[in-house]
Amino acid sequence: MSGRGVHPVDTSARLGVAAGSSLHRFANPGRFLRLSETVLPWLVVPAIVLTVSGLGWGLFFAPADWQQGDAVRIMYIHVPAAWLASAGYAGLAICSLLSLVWRHPLADLAAVEIGPVGAGFTALCLASGSLWGKPMWGAWWVWDARLTSVLVLFFLYLGHIVLVRAFDDPVRGYRAGAILGLVGVVNLPIIKFSVDWWNTLHQPASITLMGAPSMAPAMLWPLLVSALGFSFAFAAIVVTRLQAAVMERRIRALLLARAESR
Amino acid sequence: MTHLPFIAASYALAVLILGGFSLSAWVRVRMARRRLAAIDPRRERSRR
Repeated sequence: MSGRGVHPVDTSARLGVAAGSSLHRFANPGRFLRLSETVLPWLVVPAIVLTVSGLGWGLFFAPADWQQGDAVRIMYIHVPAAWLASAGYAGLAICSLLSLVWRHPLADLAAVEIGPVGAGFTALCLASGSLWGKPMWGAWWVWDARLTSVLVLFFLYLGHIVLVRAFDDPVRGYRAGAILGLVGVVNLPIIKFSVDWWNTLHQPASITLMGAPSMAPAMLWPLLVSALGFSFAFAAIVVTRLQAAVMERRIRALLLARAESR
Repeated sequence: MTHLPFIAASYALAVLILGGFSLSAWVRVRMARRRLAAIDPRRERSRR
């Protein structure tokens, strides 16, 4: 390479710095609050409309399954909750990466706020799965690979919630939570492929990215609408909690400054 | 409708969890906004 050429390490370092500085533009709390005020109505309205229509469609208008009967209507809750449980953890892991690599302050807060919401969706997935399993399998719970890996996901969420609050210094809590968030990502492919890798009672995926869905369109459409509604709801809840967290941090800083000035 | 108690329980749980999180987030943001408005010096200056 000639002396004037750009060294590949320099280029990647520059790209990293550029990505970090563009990310830090959104670290300004005032800018985040203004942006989130604009974005929030575009999340809340579709969340309500799509969730209500998807669940109403699934409950009252979608056909019953020829084998499972009406119990299949639990799918319109269970499957979106399962998707969001995994997607939420992926979001938490991305925030953990942003926190560890670029020390992005909003990424720390976002990870803290995603944790309880993700745990709630995972609990809904486990509970609705149990309510679906009892009439279909004759058992509330089996130690099947899919169920167990989702239970591990729930414990990872709980661990993150506890860990980020376990230190007197919040920054140390964020760092510890970010490491757990990244380590826990290994569970996501295990959840996804558990039904292929092991002989499980849980059915394999009916919808894949590459192949055609093995589900009747009359059932598929309400499922997709419900999943989209759940996704918007998840995003709206996290953004609202993040708004509150940013304001609470400012309140703490102001009260501390007042106490020190006295 | 077959298996009605199981279906009703699932939908009730979904409403409870989604509604609970939405309501708690809304209440939290409202309280934070009110407290911040009461102590933020920039807002106090703009009020004068």
